[in-house]
Amino acid sequence: MADPPPDEELIRRRQKSGSRVTAILLIGFVVLVFAITIVKLTLNQ
Amino acid sequence: MTSLAATTPMPADWRDLFALTKPRVMTLVVFTGLCGVLAAPVVMNPVLAFTAVLCIALGAGGAAALNMWYEADLDAKMKRTRNRPLPTGRVSRQTALHFGIGLSVGSVVLMDLAANHLAALILAFSIFFYAVIYTVWLKRRTPQNIVIGGAAGAFPPLIGWVAATGNLAILPVLLFLIIFLWTPPHFWALSLFVRSDYANAGVPMLPVVAGAPATRRQVFGYTLPMAAAAIAPWAMGLTGAIYGLTASLLSAIFLGLSAAVLLNRATEPSGMRPEKQLFAFSIFYLFVLFGALVLDRWL
Repeated sequence: MADPPPDEELIRRRQKSGSRVTAILLIGFVVLVFAITIVKLTLNQ
Repeated sequence: MTSLAATTPMPADWRDLFALTKPRVMTLVVFTGLCGVLAAPVVMNPVLAFTAVLCIALGAGGAAALNMWYEADLDAKMKRTRNRPLPTGRVSRQTALHFGIGLSVGSVVLMDLAANHLAALILAFSIFFYAVIYTVWLKRRTPQNIVIGGAAGAFPPLIGWVAATGNLAILPVLLFLIIFLWTPPHFWALSLFVRSDYANAGVPMLPVVAGAPATRRQVFGYTLPMAAAAIAPWAMGLTGAIYGLTASLLSAIFLGLSAAVLLNRATEPSGMRPEKQLFAFSIFYLFVLFGALVLDRWL
């Protein structure tokens, strides 16, 4: 099979790195909201 | 089968999205916001303090992205900004708009969750102030654009303080005033030696509209109340000697450099050494002044 055109390769690469960064940010966001919730609960006790 | 390149628009690289947040400007925003949190008379929980500063950074990043979205045409005309992601086409306008709105809304919601309503409200207002009042309304209309627009950059220590304490006080208002009065000499010193850039883009910056001598008088004119505002926390007994002596010394140097700008007669950037020195020193000034404030509080 022929190699994909360079544009297609770049789109795939950017989609991959974009997905990776989004995943990291989402995990970070979930961890942060969890930590905030725990702290708020502790402070309210 | 249709190829991917024909059906899918080129996705933006995450580094270009990061560049939309003006990371260099954000350094100062994050630092002054953090100083606001640390200078407050209460010790904030580290998780909440981190989140509050993160929200200040995200809000500033969102406002910067909205600014770049609106000013893509101007940025394309200026040497200093023409390599930004939007003028070069590396990020589409729609992506920049969505990114800016997402960051802005997200930062306010998260601030409300982690800190308090007042901090979230001031953060929302500061984003609105920068993205709408400064960028859309003032920047292209008046040479006083950065005087009023500078208020947007003055909010971070105030937000940091309010996030920590839940209310306003005189000291954070003075911190706001220091940055507000610092912005005109800082930006006008820069705009004096990049004047042609602003003139080419049609931005009515003061050196373009009123000329270099009037701008130099304004630079010196704003430095006087800025120095007074910087020393005021000490004079009013709100801080100790570490801050007071640092503020006095740095403000004296700032005044000296702005006097050198006032006396300079050069019209070409090559002869504008005093302006370049003042611009560089003004950044150092703000970092050290706020650093001294925190040291003073904790030592």
